[in-house]
Amino acid sequence: MATISRPADQAPSRPSRLAQLWQFCAENPLGAAGGFVVIVMIAMAVLADAVTVYDPTRNNFGAMLEAPSREYWLGTDQFGRDLYTRIVYGARTALSVGFISAFVGGTLGLILGVASAHFGGRFDLIMQGIMDVLMAFPLIILALAMVSIFGTGTQNVILAITIPFIPRCARVVRSSALAVRETPYIDAARACGFGHARIVMRHMVPNVFAPYLVVMTAAVGQAILLEASLSFLGLGVQEPVPAWGLMLRGGAQDYAESAPWVAIFPGIAISLAVFGFNLFGDALRDWLDPKLKV
Amino acid sequence: MLRYILNRVLLMIPTLLGAAVLVFVLMRLIPGDICVLRLASGGGMDQQVLANCRQEIGTDQPMLVQFLQFMKGLLTLDFGKSMWTGRPIIDEIGLRFQLSLQVAIMATITAILIAIPLGTISAVKQNTWIDYVVRGFSIAGVAMPSFWLGILIILGILITSKALFGSPWMPPIRYVPLWVDPFYNLSMLIWPALATGYRYSAVATRMTRSAMLEVLREDYVRTARAKGVYHKLIVRRHALRNALLPVVTILGIEFAFLMGGLVVTEQVFNLNGLGKLFVESVSNQDYNMTQALVMLVVAIFALTNLFIDILYGWLDPRIRYNR
Repeated sequence: MATISRPADQAPSRPSRLAQLWQFCAENPLGAAGGFVVIVMIAMAVLADAVTVYDPTRNNFGAMLEAPSREYWLGTDQFGRDLYTRIVYGARTALSVGFISAFVGGTLGLILGVASAHFGGRFDLIMQGIMDVLMAFPLIILALAMVSIFGTGTQNVILAITIPFIPRCARVVRSSALAVRETPYIDAARACGFGHARIVMRHMVPNVFAPYLVVMTAAVGQAILLEASLSFLGLGVQEPVPAWGLMLRGGAQDYAESAPWVAIFPGIAISLAVFGFNLFGDALRDWLDPKLKV
Repeated sequence: MLRYILNRVLLMIPTLLGAAVLVFVLMRLIPGDICVLRLASGGGMDQQVLANCRQEIGTDQPMLVQFLQFMKGLLTLDFGKSMWTGRPIIDEIGLRFQLSLQVAIMATITAILIAIPLGTISAVKQNTWIDYVVRGFSIAGVAMPSFWLGILIILGILITSKALFGSPWMPPIRYVPLWVDPFYNLSMLIWPALATGYRYSAVATRMTRSAMLEVLREDYVRTARAKGVYHKLIVRRHALRNALLPVVTILGIEFAFLMGGLVVTEQVFNLNGLGKLFVESVSNQDYNMTQALVMLVVAIFALTNLFIDILYGWLDPRIRYNR
């Protein structure tokens, strides 16, 4: 059966992975720039221990609010912690929240969206009703409600951000899946007597992968922004975990005048990360599915 | 037309009902008890006092009764009293609603003033340096968290005012309605409106640009050009009017979100708006207040969507709602 579902032109003439990558970069210079930022962020998160010398969480009251210097590249905060170190470790927090909540939320949305399109009828109607209700809440309000239920801290923040993403992904995936449902190969699969699970997982899901990937990339940027907002409000990641939004809370505003670096650098880190994921996501969208608008 | 509107209003009912159920359940899933919170702030914790408090605000009733009371309140537009302050919810919300509405309107105006000219020029001059600058400006707007932009604006105000007048100046924090003292009011609210307006303009600029690019390739634009119509007139009358539909949609949706979603910006600028009230009422477990606020935000969202659809017919006479 596998031979039927595989596209006919998957012949050896396909260009190599490297050539494809090169073509992507040449066609989307902005997307490539975004991809570069994303890679740097991931490298920072993974290699945090290797590229920093200070402890991101230990206070050093001998070096409070130091201006950027050769010793402290981006200065220190009100507890004497090195900002560069905290920003690098903050990438870990931001990316783990961003990736996990975008992946889990996107994947649950994918399954619900495809199932909704496949079964149609009353199931679809009820699912869409639920999604409509969830979408009527501003993202931050839903996330706030979730945080109140689950509590603060990194894991709970991930959960709180994941849930509002599900309907957003399900909506986009469903509209693509509705088109897939009408194709002859789904009829063929049905005629072969396959079960619902097999049709959904093997035949429909792979064919709505492009919109799924696009929504998910966009969601990573949004999740990073949401985590920063929640942490800024004091309802997200908690001290002393290094997180960009948390770094802008309290100290940043109180010392804005005398130590502006505390307020400036974490914000640049958030903006750059979101910027990178958005550009990369846009390029991915143009490349995979030019007609899709998220 | 009237029938269409009526139909749409009826379709809002299931959404509102769903939202009501959702917020009702969510609030009761939050661990804790408002009476414990209220009494803890007052000192002593007596079982009898606790029971009295629960009876007073009605949390001792069965869930179903509580829900039916909530529904009755919604239908009669009588939301009752705040469980935390004991004041009527209408009054509490009314105070903040003014402020939030004003910021939302000002931010939307800012977004329109930025997005439509920039998006248009960016499309007309596609792939020139102007286009690249505009796109960079709008991409930056999407990426920058508005609360950070707010901090930067405050920082900018502090530094400039110190340089100009010698002493730092801060925007006032007490809300005065626009018609009482317009200068005072604007000097307070212009900053959050700029910070959020810029962010929201970014999405709208991109939308204006892509819609304009599409329309500028239409046959009727070419025809107009062939007739010798002035370039400016083509852009303004032939292209922009037809490109506005998706932009209006985006702006409308954002306006609705601004009414309830300004939680973080309000924190930065120390504004006492709906977002702050929402955060407070959730953390105080004020069921009545949170429920009323959520229903307000969801209703604004639904009504804005309806308003946008009606606006479509006005902007594009080809759209008819007769069926």
